[in-house]
Amino acid sequence: MITYLFIFLAVLAVASALAMVINKNTVNSALFLVLNMVSLAGLFLLLKAQFLAVIQILVYAGAIMVLFLFVIMLLNVQDEESLFSKFRIKYFVAFLLGVVVFSQILYSIGSFSGTLPTVAPEMTEVGTVEAIGDVLYSEYLLPFHIIAMLLTAAMNGALMLAQHKVRTEDNK
Amino acid sequence: MIGIDWYLALSALLFCVGIIGVLIRKNAIVIFMCVELMLNAVNLTLVSFSSHYGNVDGQIMVFFSLAVAACEAVVGLAIIIAIFRNNLSVDISKINLMRW
Repeated sequence: MITYLFIFLAVLAVASALAMVINKNTVNSALFLVLNMVSLAGLFLLLKAQFLAVIQILVYAGAIMVLFLFVIMLLNVQDEESLFSKFRIKYFVAFLLGVVVFSQILYSIGSFSGTLPTVAPEMTEVGTVEAIGDVLYSEYLLPFHIIAMLLTAAMNGALMLAQHKVRTEDNK
Repeated sequence: MIGIDWYLALSALLFCVGIIGVLIRKNAIVIFMCVELMLNAVNLTLVSFSSHYGNVDGQIMVFFSLAVAACEAVVGLAIIIAIFRNNLSVDISKINLMRW
């Protein structure tokens, strides 16, 4: 059962990622990315990381993608021409580079395949909110506070960058 | 039960789809979404190692990387809005002010 679920979610994730890359409409690309994130959340559930699966949907598919969709609709981006309308040497080079990097990573995974761990028996207790909160608020308390400051700084930076300066005649 | 190497291969595949997307697309927003896809692929690697070793530290790392990705998305989209206001386009082949 878990095997079939994994195959289903993996095919869904890869297909939605490919659809995101080749779609010429930006809004459709963003919606395919949401689908990709939801299937990744399903994979996190298969890995018994319940907390991260919930956070993935709340933060990524909820907050970040809503921000993306807001910006896309605010900027009124036109459709690009289809990627397949004419062949460019750039596409071929990009595809080749992607395949090279993929085979490199696969080769390194394959050479370490014997030393990789099998399923840990204590895996079921690792991903719960209780276990993560326990470590997050004791061992990782300082990084947690630094992240809070980073979020505040990012919010201020975004406000500074995106604020609209009115262009009048004497203020150009 | 699926072994860890399948999860690693899946995340490598997603990462490479992200690389190809960054290289072939011209729309700055879509390039940004491809970067998010690559971040997600790495998160999948961290989570699969974390649960196969039974160690929670990898999931904490993913939690922090989610927060950093949120910051990055906010600042990046603000920059894209600022660029759009100057050029009326998010096509990166038309943004050539600092290109030689």
